[in-house]
Amino acid sequence: MGILRTEKLAVDSADDIVRVRQVVRAWAIERRFSLVDQTKLVTAASELARNMLLYAGGGTVELESLEEQGRHGLRLTFEDHGPGIADIGLAMKDGYTTGSGLGLGLGGAKRLVNEFDIQSRPGVGTSIRIARWR
Amino acid sequence: MERIPILKMGEFVLVSIQVDMHDQLAMTLQDDLTAQIVRSRAKGVLIDISALEIVDSFIGRMLGNIASMARVLDAETVVVGMRPAVAITLVELGMALPGVKTALNVERGMELLRATLGTPVETGRAPAESPNGHPQN
Repeated sequence: MGILRTEKLAVDSADDIVRVRQVVRAWAIERRFSLVDQTKLVTAASELARNMLLYAGGGTVELESLEEQGRHGLRLTFEDHGPGIADIGLAMKDGYTTGSGLGLGLGGAKRLVNEFDIQSRPGVGTSIRIARWR
Repeated sequence: MERIPILKMGEFVLVSIQVDMHDQLAMTLQDDLTAQIVRSRAKGVLIDISALEIVDSFIGRMLGNIASMARVLDAETVVVGMRPAVAITLVELGMALPGVKTALNVERGMELLRATLGTPVETGRAPAESPNGHPQN
């Protein structure tokens, strides 16, 4: 699998969520994703960026443009050094939240992408990696 | 501070969201709209989201909140113009916007509001009389 291009964005404020949406959209257009695929990936990115801001006080998003056997994809890695998630299974459930949201962020984001991987250690941080293929 | 303009038209208030909203702007719109409903004694709220490229759970929740608050204030809300890709994504995300009335476009949204409120549809002019005495279409 080849990584064609990478970029890292900081998420420290609500304005950065908008910025993440815009950059992910631009990359998805450049990779010639369909409008529905663009919308799904941008929406997933928006959910995960906001989660990071709300629950970890911020973090970073790394974008990677991928190519594998003629297929094009985008991979996004959300990394924070927040409190971590004690029970990932519970956190993935729709409707579960420790904050003031709807509890749709993690489970919802997973449904919008082709690949979803979450690693978390309480007290250390969380890393969520998603990918969508064209 | 950045704000989304709210227009008053008869007994309705209209909002067209034309920018990629950051979270605070969405919260401000929610507050401004509820204040405007009370101030103008509006019976209907129409929100045009045809320019929105995404609706995530935060914006979806805001739309639901506005509809609920408006209902408590005795006003009906219709969200119009959702793009097809946004609708597909929103449902997969797990948000079907329960309790929010929707219509395809502004025109249909206005019809829906008028029908809900029992307001006669304005044609903009008095019906003309035809030679045989029946109104023309």
